[in-house]
Amino acid sequence: MATRRAPLEYNRMWQIRAWLFAVFFFLYAPLVALIVFSFNDSKRITVWRGFTFRYYEKLFNNDSLLLAFANSLTIAFMATLISLVIGALAAVLLWRYRFTGRTAVEGTFMLPLVVPEICMGVAMLLFFTRVLPWPNYLVWPLNLGSIIIAHVSFCFPFVALVVGARLASFNKEQEEAARDLGANDWQAFRDVLLPHLRPALIAGALLAFTLSLDDFVITFFTSGPDTVTFPVKVYSMLRFSVTPEVNAASTMLILLTIVLMALMMVLQSRAQKKAGG
Amino acid sequence: MATRTQERRLAFLATALPPIAWVVVFFLAPLAIVWAYSFGQNVSLTEVDISGTFANYARALQPLYLGIFAKSIFVAGLTTLLCLIVGFPVALAIVFASERWRPWMLLLIMLPFWTNLLIRTYALIAVLRTEGYVNFTLEWLWNQGSWLMTLVGLQPLGDFTPLQLLYNNFAVVGGLVYVHLPFMVLPLYAALDRLDKSLIEASLDLGAGHLRTLFSIVVPLALPGIISGIIITFVPALGAYLTPDLLGGPDSQMIANVIERQFKRANDWPFGAALSFLLMYATFAAIALRAYFSRGKPAPGHGV
Repeated sequence: MATRRAPLEYNRMWQIRAWLFAVFFFLYAPLVALIVFSFNDSKRITVWRGFTFRYYEKLFNNDSLLLAFANSLTIAFMATLISLVIGALAAVLLWRYRFTGRTAVEGTFMLPLVVPEICMGVAMLLFFTRVLPWPNYLVWPLNLGSIIIAHVSFCFPFVALVVGARLASFNKEQEEAARDLGANDWQAFRDVLLPHLRPALIAGALLAFTLSLDDFVITFFTSGPDTVTFPVKVYSMLRFSVTPEVNAASTMLILLTIVLMALMMVLQSRAQKKAGG
Repeated sequence: MATRTQERRLAFLATALPPIAWVVVFFLAPLAIVWAYSFGQNVSLTEVDISGTFANYARALQPLYLGIFAKSIFVAGLTTLLCLIVGFPVALAIVFASERWRPWMLLLIMLPFWTNLLIRTYALIAVLRTEGYVNFTLEWLWNQGSWLMTLVGLQPLGDFTPLQLLYNNFAVVGGLVYVHLPFMVLPLYAALDRLDKSLIEASLDLGAGHLRTLFSIVVPLALPGIISGIIITFVPALGAYLTPDLLGGPDSQMIANVIERQFKRANDWPFGAALSFLLMYATFAAIALRAYFSRGKPAPGHGV
């Protein structure tokens, strides 16, 4: 034998390799098929009949689908902004202050992470029909308010987690030094703490944006006929039929996810390099 | 100086008020309303009287709904078990991958996780339909087989009847495994990565085989992480709505689908609220279990 396998090189065992290949095939084959057949020049989505952009053209002429896409992006953008503020404040609160009921507050902040989506959706439905009926005659994008609020409620804990992890590495003496040099609380926060938190804020924002863009169940319960988001629209489309148009729309969203993830990774590696150098 | 303490106080309030107010008004209050509704009854089409009745919970304990609960737990449990079996070798491979490959393998596991759930489910529908790719491949194989049979002088196989792969329990479990696999692989990876590799080497050096090393060294040491992975996978699988809704048949609804029906078509909000809270209690129980296991002493060694 030319090369003997070292005992811990599990990856060179053919069984493990075959298993890995099978798992990744299982994970990716359906997605790849979905993307490939969005370019297929045929009504039926299983037989290949040549390359076309026809369904993308149809997509860009489908006003209701475009509106749903715009709704999704607007909601994700607004929910991310608010989640950033709320989540960062929550993390700073738990990191800086010792107060009575702190453990209870911390537990409550993390609760949205574990409550099942369906329960959260139902709670939002009840809240926005019986307690705070959201006027749906408002002009766009104000009519999206209830969905934005619901999204913030499940996105901000993720921001708080990411920011909290970053806060752990903050040297409190820096802030004290700023105070000694005459900065007030707000100035110390703005000029010392905030720059330190920037990578976490960016990572948290991308996380919140992706989560908001992906959500179906909670939106399904809070959206009305005029406030359809992209996933809700796709859901109603595929209830009726499986068409290449849905494939094209899905491909666009997958592409957006990949871009967001790539952005997150680039920013992360850049932050690591900075920290290392 | 009084102004200094005042300023401090103000800073505390400015930090504490927005997140606490948000979580109370837009999270706890909605949940509290659901809780209150679960003790109410319909008086008219849109009015609900919160009378403090336990009738909704009593109804939820009827065999029909208990059966759906039991079925949901069974399906989520089976999903978790399959994810563990499928995901464990994957996590192991990532842990022992070279520095160059590890981030890419993690990325490959995480990318579907970030892809829209609806789109992944839709992709599965396209694969499993009667005119889907799986049946397409099977038909092709069938025809090749048929052709081979005629070649050696046997009767051809006859027409291919596509398999019904969608709208049944098989599709639901398969879809849930497809969707939840990253939930299992990531905690398993974190747990296995912390293992002291020299213990595995020692076991192998002392003559134990790979399987024996796996079951008497790796699994006991990584047990807290494995339990963590099991619960992290089980909890969302138990509350799954979309997968059973789109891939399941009439007999494969899970508890989330029953809840949705109470709030939309059946219009029995108090009963739906009671079911929601039962699902939440089940979820919290699973999470408490996880806290219990991760708090306890490191997993007992095997004959050490």
